[in-house]
Amino acid sequence: MVDADVVERVLRAALVSGGDFAEVFVEEKATFSAALDDGNVEELSSGVARGAGIRVRFGDTTGFAHTADLSERGLLRAAEAASAVAIRSTSGSSTIALSPRLFAPVDIESIMGSSISKDRKVELLLRLDAAARSAGASIRQVGASYGDSFRRFLVANSNGTFVEEEQIRTRVSVSTVAVGDTGMQGGYETVARTMGFELLEEVDLEELAGRAARRAIAKLSARPAPSGKLPVVLNGRGGGVLFHEACGHGLEADHISKNSSVYTGKVGEQVASPLVTLLDDGTFSKQWGTYSYDDEGNPAKSNVLIKDGVLVDYMWDQNQSDRAARVSSGNGRRQSYAHLPMVRMTNSYLTAGESNPEEIIADTEYGIYIAQLGGGQVNTATGDFVFGMTEAYLIENGEITAPLREANLIGNGPEVLRSIDAVADDFSMVPGTCGKDGQSVPVGCGQPTLRITEVTIGGTANG
Amino acid sequence: MDELEKAVKFVKSSMIDGEAMEAFILSEREVAIRIYELEIESLTTAESSGVGIRVVRNGRTGISYAGTLDREAITRAIEEARDNSRFGSPDEFAGVAEPDGVEPPVMSSQWSHELLSTPMEKKIELARDLERLTRRRDKRIRSLNSSNYGESAFASAIINSNGIERYSEATYCWAYAHALAGEGDESQSGFGMSAAKDFSEIDIEFAAAEAATKATRMLGARKPRSMKTMVIFEPEVTRSFTSIVAGTLSAERVQKGRSLFANRIGEVVASSKLTLVDDPTDERFFSAVPIDDEGLASRRNVMIDRGELKGYFYDTYTGRKAGVSSTGSANRGGIAGSTAPGPRGCYFEAGQISREDLIESVDSAILVQSISGVHSGVNPISGDFSVGAEGFVVTKGSLGEPIKEFTISSTIQKMLGDVREVASDLTFRLGSAAGMTLAIDDVSISGN
Repeated sequence: MVDADVVERVLRAALVSGGDFAEVFVEEKATFSAALDDGNVEELSSGVARGAGIRVRFGDTTGFAHTADLSERGLLRAAEAASAVAIRSTSGSSTIALSPRLFAPVDIESIMGSSISKDRKVELLLRLDAAARSAGASIRQVGASYGDSFRRFLVANSNGTFVEEEQIRTRVSVSTVAVGDTGMQGGYETVARTMGFELLEEVDLEELAGRAARRAIAKLSARPAPSGKLPVVLNGRGGGVLFHEACGHGLEADHISKNSSVYTGKVGEQVASPLVTLLDDGTFSKQWGTYSYDDEGNPAKSNVLIKDGVLVDYMWDQNQSDRAARVSSGNGRRQSYAHLPMVRMTNSYLTAGESNPEEIIADTEYGIYIAQLGGGQVNTATGDFVFGMTEAYLIENGEITAPLREANLIGNGPEVLRSIDAVADDFSMVPGTCGKDGQSVPVGCGQPTLRITEVTIGGTANG
Repeated sequence: MDELEKAVKFVKSSMIDGEAMEAFILSEREVAIRIYELEIESLTTAESSGVGIRVVRNGRTGISYAGTLDREAITRAIEEARDNSRFGSPDEFAGVAEPDGVEPPVMSSQWSHELLSTPMEKKIELARDLERLTRRRDKRIRSLNSSNYGESAFASAIINSNGIERYSEATYCWAYAHALAGEGDESQSGFGMSAAKDFSEIDIEFAAAEAATKATRMLGARKPRSMKTMVIFEPEVTRSFTSIVAGTLSAERVQKGRSLFANRIGEVVASSKLTLVDDPTDERFFSAVPIDDEGLASRRNVMIDRGELKGYFYDTYTGRKAGVSSTGSANRGGIAGSTAPGPRGCYFEAGQISREDLIESVDSAILVQSISGVHSGVNPISGDFSVGAEGFVVTKGSLGEPIKEFTISSTIQKMLGDVREVASDLTFRLGSAAGMTLAIDDVSISGN
C-alpha cells in the first residue's frame, strides 16, 4: 500500500522529537450495500475511503494525527502533527529496522464481493422478501439487506512490526413486521461472517427469512411480561451479547488499569459459577470478529478469560501490555485509520456445558425463556446492565408457554455470572457491532443455552 | 475552504442532462484531548473530508461516497452512483430537492475564530483544570476515567441539479469528565459536560459539578420495590424521551406503517400541557443550521400543539409521496448515509412552574436521573416503553435515598397523556433535542 522505505522515513520523522514508540497505519476500505424495503429495491450504495493514522508515544502520552493524503509529503505532515505533543525535546536520531513484511491475504477460495454482479446481490434480497412473506398472511412488511466490505491495511511500528492484512466481510439480514389484532410486532435475523460471497452458499436464505417471520408472528399473541425477579433461561442463539456487555467489557485491560472495572485485582479469584468458562477468540474460523493480525500488527489469539469460574486474565492491546511488561493478547482494534486503537473484544463466548437444553427448561418451574436479546447497555464501573428482550416466553411448570411482549432485563454482570446454575451442551455464535468510546467494530458473541437463577425483568406496562 | 469549493465546481461540471444529481461535500477539522491523572493520555488532530453522491435516473436512485475530495475519487463516486441507480426499483417520487422559495434564516456566525486561534496549550490546560475541579468537588471522587476536550470545525456544501447550492459552516467545542466515586467496596460513575461555540464559553465548573454530583449522589443506591408511581424526568432524560417521540413522527416511518402515530393527524395524542416544536434554527441549539441536509431552508415546525398532533416530518421524497412540501427536515447519516426525514432541533415548550416548585409540590414520586437501554427498550411501532433507570425517591417534596437497577415501563402513548407538569427549565446541550424537568403519572417501576 505504501513502500517500506517510505514507511521507515515516516516512522523516523515521527520519532524526531524523541518519542518512545511510533506507528503508521494505512487503510483502504471499500463497502457495498443494498437494501430492499416493502418490496422495493432501495438505493444501492458503494464507496471507498482510505487514509493513514500516525501515532507517537512519549511515556503514557500519545500523539495521534490522521490524513487522507497518502503521499510521502502527506504522511510526513501527519507524523509531524502527531509528534507535536512531545513532552521532551531530546532530538532523536532513531534507527528503524522493519522486520520482513508479514502478509495475511484473504483466503484463496474467498469470492470477492466486487466480482459478483449487482444483479445477483439484488436477487438475494428478492428471495428473502418472498420467503418471509410466504411464512404467513400476517407478515405485512419485509426488509432485507446485503452488505460486503473489503478492508486492506498496513501497520508498521518502530519496534520493527510490519504487517499487511486483507479482510473480507459479508452480511445478510432480514426484518419482518407481522400485523394482528393486537397490533404490530417485528422479527429480525442476520448472518454475518469474515468471508466472501461464498457465505451465500452456506446460508439457507429461505430458512433465515422464515425464522425472522416466525419471530414476528409468534409475538402477535404476546402478553405483557411479568415484572420482578425471576429465573431466566437464555437460548444459545440469543444471549451471548449479555456476556459481551456485562462481563467482557469489564475484562478489557484499559478499564482495569484505570480501576474502572469491577474485575480489577481479581485474577485468580472465583468470579463466576464453576460452570462458567469465558473465552475471547480472534482466531475463531470466519466469525464476525475474526482476523489474522489485530490493528496493531499483533497476531490474533484464543484467550481464556475465565476458567471454571476463576478469573484467568484480561484482554490487552499494545499500550496496556507495554505498561504491564507483557505481550499483547491481540486485542488492539480500531474502527478505521481515523481512530486510535484500544482494547476490544473479538469473538467472546461461554463454552458449552453438559446439560441437555430441554432438561434445563423442564427443570424450571416458573421463569422466562429468552429466545433473542436485543441491544443493551452496561456500566463497566459497576457491572450494571440493561438489555431488551426481543423475543421471550413464559416458562410454566417446565414448559415454554406464552410469548411475552418486549421488556427489559436488568441486573449486574458479576452477579449473573455467579448465579448461572445450568449450562447446556449446545452452542451458537451471533454477529454484532460493539461500540466503545465512539468506535464501532464487528464482534461475535456466543454461548450455550443456560439458566440464571434470578434476574430482574422490567415488565411490560400494565403487566 | 478551498478544497470544498473546488469539489463543488468539479461536481457541477460532471452533471449531465437526463439525470438528477445531488452532492453533499464535507470538510472537517477536529481536535481531541484526553487527560488522565493530569497527564495527556492522547492528543488527536485530524483533517477529513468526503463526498456523498445521489443520482436519480428514470425514477431509480443510486448512491455512493468517497473519503477524499480528489477528482479521481469524485469521478469514481459519480460513476458508481450512476451504476448503482440501474438496480433500484423505479419510484415516481424519487428525486432531489427543488428550490421552494423559502430563504434560509440569517443566523449569527456559527464560525468561531476565537476557538480556532486559541493555542493548543490552553485547551490542554482546560481539560486538566476540569479534572482538578472535579476531584476538588468531593472527597469521595476516587479517580476520573478521563477528562476530555474536543472541538470540531466543519464546512459543508449541498448542490443539486435543480440549482440548489448552499453552504454551511460551524465550530463547536466541548469538555467532559467521567468521575468515579467510591465509598468502601462500592463505586459509582458520573458524567458531566459543557459545550459551546466559543472556547471562552465552556463552563468547566458546571461540567465538574455535574460529574461529581452524579457520581457521589448515587453512592449507597439500592434497588427499589416494584410499584406504580409518578416519575419526574431530569432534563437529560426528557431530552431522550423527546427524541423518541419526535422520531416516531418521521413521514418515512408513517408511510411505511412503522409509526404508532400513523393516520392520527388532528387527534389528541398527548396532554394539553405538551407542545412539541422542531426548530433547527433556534440558536440555543449548538447544532443550529440554516439549511437541512438536502439544501432546503431549516424552519420551525409545530408537531404537537397543546396535545393535538399537527403533522409529520417530511423530506423531498416523503413530501412528494404524500403530496405535501418538505418541512425542511432531511437528515443525512454522514457522507456514506442515505437521507431520511426526522427531527433536527426538537423540544417540548417550557411550562410555567419552576423545577424546584414542581418537586416541592410532589407527595411521592421517583426522580429519574438517567435511563439506559433506550434503543432496545422502546418500540416505536407498538409504543411499548421499558428502560433501565437510576434516580431518587422523592417524598413530600424533598429528595430522598438514591435508587438503581430498576426499570420504568409504560407506553409512549400513555406517558404523553399522563404528563402532569412541564417545568420551565428547558436546557440546551449538544444534540438535536432539548429537555426540561417533566413529571409523568402512573408509570410502572420494577425493582424488588
